[in-house]
Amino acid sequence: MIYTAIVLLPLAGALIAGLFGRIIGDRPSEIITTLFLGIAALLSWIAFVDVGFAHTTQKIQLLRWVTSGELDTAWSIRVDTLTAVMLVVVTTVSSLVHLYSIGYMHEDDSRPRFFAYLSLFTFAMLALVTSDNLLQMFFGWEGVGLASYLLIGFWYKKPEANAAAIKAFVVNRVGDFGFALGIFGLFYVFKSINLDTIFAATEATAGQTFMFAGYEVDILTTLALLLFMGAMGKSAQFLLHTWLPDAMEGPTPVSALIHAATMVTAGVFMVARLSPIFEYAPEALKFVTLIGSITAFFAATVGLVQNDIKRVIAYSTCSQLGYMFVACGVGAYGAGIFHLFTHAFFKALLFLGAGSVIHAMHHEQDMRAMGGLKAKIPLTWGAMLIGTLALTGVGIPHLFGFAGFHSKDAIIEAAYAAHTPSNYAFWLLVIAAFMTSFYSWRLMFMTFHGTTRADHHTYDHAHESPNTMLIPLAVLSLGAVLAGVVFASYFIGHEESAFWGAAIRKGEHNHILHAMHDIPSWVGFAPFLAMLSGFALAYLYYIAVPSLPAATAKAFRPVYLFLLNKWYFDELYNLIFVKPAFALGRLFWKGGDGAIIDGAIDGTAASVGRVTSRIVKLQTGYVYHYAFAMLIGLALLLSYFTYVNGGFVR
Amino acid sequence: MSNILSIVTFLPLAGAIIIAFLNSEAKGNARWVALWTTILTFAISLLIWINFDKTNPGFQFVEDYAWIGGLKYKMGVDGISMLFVILTTFLMPLCILASWESVQDRVKEYMIAFLVLETLMLGVFCALDLVLFYLFFEGGLIPMFLIIGVWGGKRRVYASFKFFLYTLLGSVLMLLAMMAMYWHAGTTDIPTLLTTKFPADMQWWLWLAFFASFAVKMPMWPVHTWLPDAHVEAPTAGSVILAGILLKMGGYGFLRFSLPMFPIASEQLAPLVFSLSIIAIVYTSLVALVQEDMKKLIAYSSVAHMGYVTMGIFTASQQGIDGAIFQMLSHGIVSAALFLCVGVIYDRTHTREIAAYGGLVERMPKYAVAFMVFTMANVGLPGTSGFIGEFLTLLAAFKANTWVAILATTGVILSAAYALYLYRRVIFGVLEKPKLKALLDLSPREVAILAPLVLLTIYYGFYPAPVLDVTGASVKNLVANYEAALKPAAAMLGQ
Repeated sequence: MIYTAIVLLPLAGALIAGLFGRIIGDRPSEIITTLFLGIAALLSWIAFVDVGFAHTTQKIQLLRWVTSGELDTAWSIRVDTLTAVMLVVVTTVSSLVHLYSIGYMHEDDSRPRFFAYLSLFTFAMLALVTSDNLLQMFFGWEGVGLASYLLIGFWYKKPEANAAAIKAFVVNRVGDFGFALGIFGLFYVFKSINLDTIFAATEATAGQTFMFAGYEVDILTTLALLLFMGAMGKSAQFLLHTWLPDAMEGPTPVSALIHAATMVTAGVFMVARLSPIFEYAPEALKFVTLIGSITAFFAATVGLVQNDIKRVIAYSTCSQLGYMFVACGVGAYGAGIFHLFTHAFFKALLFLGAGSVIHAMHHEQDMRAMGGLKAKIPLTWGAMLIGTLALTGVGIPHLFGFAGFHSKDAIIEAAYAAHTPSNYAFWLLVIAAFMTSFYSWRLMFMTFHGTTRADHHTYDHAHESPNTMLIPLAVLSLGAVLAGVVFASYFIGHEESAFWGAAIRKGEHNHILHAMHDIPSWVGFAPFLAMLSGFALAYLYYIAVPSLPAATAKAFRPVYLFLLNKWYFDELYNLIFVKPAFALGRLFWKGGDGAIIDGAIDGTAASVGRVTSRIVKLQTGYVYHYAFAMLIGLALLLSYFTYVNGGFVR
Repeated sequence: MSNILSIVTFLPLAGAIIIAFLNSEAKGNARWVALWTTILTFAISLLIWINFDKTNPGFQFVEDYAWIGGLKYKMGVDGISMLFVILTTFLMPLCILASWESVQDRVKEYMIAFLVLETLMLGVFCALDLVLFYLFFEGGLIPMFLIIGVWGGKRRVYASFKFFLYTLLGSVLMLLAMMAMYWHAGTTDIPTLLTTKFPADMQWWLWLAFFASFAVKMPMWPVHTWLPDAHVEAPTAGSVILAGILLKMGGYGFLRFSLPMFPIASEQLAPLVFSLSIIAIVYTSLVALVQEDMKKLIAYSSVAHMGYVTMGIFTASQQGIDGAIFQMLSHGIVSAALFLCVGVIYDRTHTREIAAYGGLVERMPKYAVAFMVFTMANVGLPGTSGFIGEFLTLLAAFKANTWVAILATTGVILSAAYALYLYRRVIFGVLEKPKLKALLDLSPREVAILAPLVLLTIYYGFYPAPVLDVTGASVKNLVANYEAALKPAAAMLGQ
C-alpha cells in the first residue's frame, strides 16, 4: 500500500496542478504538489528502513500492460534495497525542490504548470526505479525524458531554451535507440522482458553467441552494450553528453532535481539494476569503465574554464556520473550507488545554492559579474561551502569526512584495485579529482570572495533568499555532511552484502571489495593530495594572484579555446549529423519524390492529362468525369461477375 | 443481432438518402442528420464490440445471402477486422463536427459523400466475399475522389488526378488476380479461399498483383507521392478519413489476403517488404524534417508510421501482427487528431505554412496541450498509444532480422526530431505575428472533437488490453496457419 502511494502521489499532484491549476489557483497548486511529495518522501524513508534493514523485498502487480503471445508485461512495483535507495533519493530531493520552487518561482505566472511538470517528472522517475520489467523501465526512462524536455523548455519564449529542450530529447533518443534494441534482443533470447525471468537465466547464457547484424557475437556482451547506450544518453556520458550543459536553460530547481540528483543518475541505476546481465558480460563492463573514466576526465577539463555558474556545476555532474560508471564497470556497484546517493545531496545543494545566488543577483549567471557575495548572502555561502567540501571529498580517514569523501574515494580505490591497463582508470579519476577541486573552489572564489565585479545596483540589492529556499538548503547541507559517514558501512562497508541482499548480483570472479582492502596506502592518499593541490591552485589563481587566469589563458590560447568550446563537440555533431540530415531530407524530397517518382508519374499523366484538358475546360467538370468513369468501371465489373457466375453452384 | 453488420454498414447510406430529399437551402438540417446518423451508427457498432467473442478466432456475426446473378452477399468480422469497424464509426461523427463551420458550399452533397463513404469503408472491413470486397474497396475511391476534387484546395484537380492514376493501376491488377483466384478455387467466398492452397508459382503472381493495390493504399515507398498532395488539398475531414481509415485498407488487405492466402509468396517476398518498409521509415522521416507545410509534414510522417505496419505484418508473428494492427488503430486516432489540429488553426488563419505560426501557446493553451499529446503519440512515447504498435513491430522485427530492427529503430530518433521541431515552430517562441494576436483558443465544439482523441491516446497507451485481447485469438490462428502452410514448402526445399 505505501509503495503504491509513493509512486502514485506525485502523479495525483501532477494531475491536480496540471488540469485544475487555473481553477484552484497558484498557491493551492504549489501546496498540494509539495505536500504530496512530502508524504511520499516520508513513506520512502519508511520503505527504506523496511527493505534496506529488515530485508523484505516487495512486488506488487497493478495492471496488465502489453500482452501479445509470449510477451507478458504488467504495471508493477518492485522494491528491493536498490529501489529503496532510489526512492529515498528521488522523493527527498524532489520534495525539497518543490518547496524551494515556491520561493524561487514566485514571480513566474505559470506556476501550476511548473509544479505539475515537477510532479510528473517525479512520477516517471519512480515508475522507472520501481519497474519489474524492462518495458516499464523504458516507460519511466522516456517519461523522465518528456518531463525534462518540458522543463528545459519551460520558458518557451527563449529560443535557446526551446533548442536545448529538443536537443535533450533527441540526443536521449539516440541512447534510447540502443536501449530499445537491447530490450528487443533480451526478448529474443529469453522470451521475456521481466527482470526475474531474465536474471534467472543470465548465468547459463554467459559465453553463448548469437547472430547480430550479420556477425556472430557474444549474447550478453552485445545486449549489455546496447542497453548501456541508453545509459550513456540519459546520464550524459562522453559522446552523448552534449545535451546536459544546454539543459541548464531550464529553471535552476529543475537543474538540481533532474539534471543533477535524479534523472541523469538513471543510467547508473540501470547498470546496477541489470548487474545480473553485466556481471556475465566482462567486455561490456570494460567499456563501461572506459566511458566512465573518459567522461570523468573530459567533463572536468571543460568545467575548468566555464564562466556560467550553472554550467560549471553541470560539467561537474557529468564528471561525477563518470565516477559512478567506473565503479559499476569495475564491479563495485555498491560504491557507484553510494556515490549516486551522496552526490544527490551535495549536488542538489550546489545547484539550489547557485539558484539562490542567481535569485540574489536578479538572474545573473555569469561568475565574471559576481564576486564578494559572501557578505551579502552568508547563508547561501555557507550552504555552498558545505556542498563544495562534500564534492571535493574533504575528510580525515577514520575520523570524519563529508559525503563525497566516503563515496568518491571508495570509487578511486576500486578503480585502482581493478587494475585496468596501465591503471588508466585510476589515474584519470585522480586527475579529475584534482580538477574537481580546482573548479569547485574557483566557483566559490569567483562568486563569493574578492572584490565584487557586479554593478553597484545589482550588488547593493543582492539579498538573502526567503525561508522556502533556505530550508531545503539546510536539509541538503545536513545530507552533504552526514550521508557519507552514516551510511558508508551499509553501502560499501561491513554490512554491505546484508544490506544489498539480492538487489545486486556479483559473479564468482568479482572480488573487487576484497581487493580494495589490499591496495597500497599511497593510493588512499592520492585523492586527498589531488583535492588539496586543486584547492591551493585555485587559491593562487583567484585570490592570491588574480591576474594569473587571464595570463594563463593568453599563454595557452589554443588549449583554452578548446576547453571553452567544450572540445568542439557541438560543432562536430552539427557538421556530421544535423546538417546532413536536413540536406538528405531536401535531396529525397526535391530529388527523389519530386524529380524521379513524380517525374515518372507526371510523364505518364501528361499525355492523358493533355488530352483531357483539351476536351474538358471546366475544372470541377472533369473531376466528375473521372468519378463517372470509375462508376462505369464498377458497373462493368459487376456485370462481368454476374455473367461468369451464371452457372455457379453455391 | 443477426443482421447487425449490415445495419451498421448501411445505416449511413440511409442517412445519405434522407439528406438527398432535404431542401438544399437547409444546410443545418443536412449537418444534423449526418451527425445523428453517424452517432447512431457508432452506438450500434459498439454493440458488436460488446458482443464480440474474444476467444473465437473465426468470423462472427456472419450473414450469408444469395445476391444478384449467383453472387453472394456475405459479411462477418473477426479479431483482425473488428476494431477497424469501430475506428471508422468512431471517427465519422468527429469528421462531421469538424466540417460544421469550415464547409459552407454544397453542404448537402458534402454530407452525402461522407455518409456514402462511411458505408463503403465499413463494407470493406465486413465483406467476406471477393466481389463484395472489391466493390466496397474501389467504390470508396469515388466519394473520396469527389471530396478532394470538389471541396479541396487550389491544386485539388492535380491532387485528385494523381490519386486516381495511382490507385487505378493497383485496382486493375488486383481485379485480374481476383479473377484468377476465382478460376482456380471456384469460389469467391473469403473464408473458403483462406483455406485454399494456391500453387507456389501462382501465389507469386497473385501476391504481386494484390501488393500493387495495397502498397499504393498504405502507401509504401515509392508509390507514396500521391498522399502528401492529396492531404494538402483535401478538406480537414477528408484528411482525417484518408489518414484514419483509407490508409488502413492496405494493411487490412495484407492481413486478409496476402499473408494467409499466399503464405509461400509472403515468406519469399518478405525481404522486399522489409526493404521498402525501412526505406519508408528512414527516407520519409528525413523528408518530413524539411517540410514547410504542416499537412505535408504529417502526411510524410504517416508514410513512415505505415512502414512499421508493413514491417510488422510480414514478420508473420504474433507480436508483429498484433503490433501492426495496434499501430494502424493508434495511427488512425493520432494522425486523424493531428490533421484536426491543423484544421483548427487553418480555419482561423487560412494557412498551413509552418513559418506563419509561432508562439501559439500564448493565445491557445488548451490547443497547445492537445497538440502536445498527439505530438508525443506521434513520436511513440511510452504511455501513449503510439508506443505500443512501434514497440511490438520492432520487437518482432528483431527476431526476423536484426538489421531490419536496427535500421527501423532509427525511426524513433528521426520522428522525435521532426515532430518536436514542428511543435516548437508552431507553438513555442514569442507570439510576434500580428495575425496571430487575436486568435481564440479551442471552441467548445473543437474541445468536443479533440478531447475524446486525447483520452483514447493516453488510455490505450496505459491499458492496451482491450485492443490486444480482441486481436489476440485471430492473429494467433493466422500465424499458426501461416506456419503450417510453410512447413511442406520448407520440407520440399530440404529434400
